[in-house]
Amino acid sequence: MSTRIVEVRAKVLKQNDLLAHALRERFEASGVSVISLVSSPGSGKTAFLEKLLGTLAANFRVAALVGDLATENDAARLKRATPNVRQITTGTICHLDAQMIERALEGWQLDALDFLFIENVGNLVCPSSYDLGEELRFVLLSATEGEDKPLKYPTIFNSSDVAIITKMDMAGPAEFDLAAARRNIESVRPGMQIFEVSAKTGSGMQDVFQFLRDKLAHSHKTRLALQYETTQ
Amino acid sequence: MHELSIVLSIIDEIDEQSEARDLHDIEVVHLKIGVFSGVDRDALLFAWELACEGTRLEDSRLDIETVPLVIHCAICHEDRPPPSLYQLCCPECNTPSETIVTGRELEVVSLEVAA
Ligand SMILES: [Zn+2]
Repeated sequence: MSTRIVEVRAKVLKQNDLLAHALRERFEASGVSVISLVSSPGSGKTAFLEKLLGTLAANFRVAALVGDLATENDAARLKRATPNVRQITTGTICHLDAQMIERALEGWQLDALDFLFIENVGNLVCPSSYDLGEELRFVLLSATEGEDKPLKYPTIFNSSDVAIITKMDMAGPAEFDLAAARRNIESVRPGMQIFEVSAKTGSGMQDVFQFLRDKLAHSHKTRLALQYETTQ
Repeated sequence: MHELSIVLSIIDEIDEQSEARDLHDIEVVHLKIGVFSGVDRDALLFAWELACEGTRLEDSRLDIETVPLVIHCAICHEDRPPPSLYQLCCPECNTPSETIVTGRELEVVSLEVAA
């Protein structure tokens, strides 16, 4: 029996990408800066986010979506910083996708927010394939994980915009080679912005706050430009 | 492992296409996967077997073309494969590059159907 070939040329994740695109437009129009966080489990993502939310909440309207396989512990922790926290329990799914984000946002007034953080499931592999409509993706690497993580997981580091080296207070005891870590990140994603922080002592957090404030100033400009366009 | 989710998206795409074009007896599904797509080839083949069992795609085969990573060098004005997946620089002049030309693909290219 003979066969014939039918051309298809279709992106596999096109449904996700379309949805992510629509989300990104919604976020931009609402003037909310959306930042997602990816890392391996135990890299200090929740502690970092807790610190971020706690400090930003004094001057900005903040919210968080937290993806986790099963427990709601992280969300409970973050709710001490802001009531605007929702948990996305993924069950057996190892990553968040755009549809989960869209569902989790139901009923939220996006234009009443300045920052929305999305904490992805702790996993350095699967989340790299899914666009969530975020403006920036932060990848976290803790000083206790070792400096070669970027070389082992180049895809997720390359698909992120900013690298945060966490648990810097542990760098000494863990014999963490900071220069090598920075070199490896730069090698995988040339020109990537890198911050070194400790959520525990608060060191380096100020630079992240400043970076986010600058980001927001830019986003507000975008929103004003959009409003201007629509009134023309 | 997210390859099962990916396979389910592929099956959705095939269903859509085969309905739109009235295709039956799909024998081979040709995929293109970039080495920087975040998808593992073996895990994908395994997930395919699993997901297609007992469906009309049970006897179909997944053919995967792996697309290498190629970056653009702004100094040489050339597209070239970097020395490795974790050294995104030009193999000739060592200039770092953030411009990825190929390597992120994740697409269904074609279907082979019984004529
Ligand atoms: Zn070159």
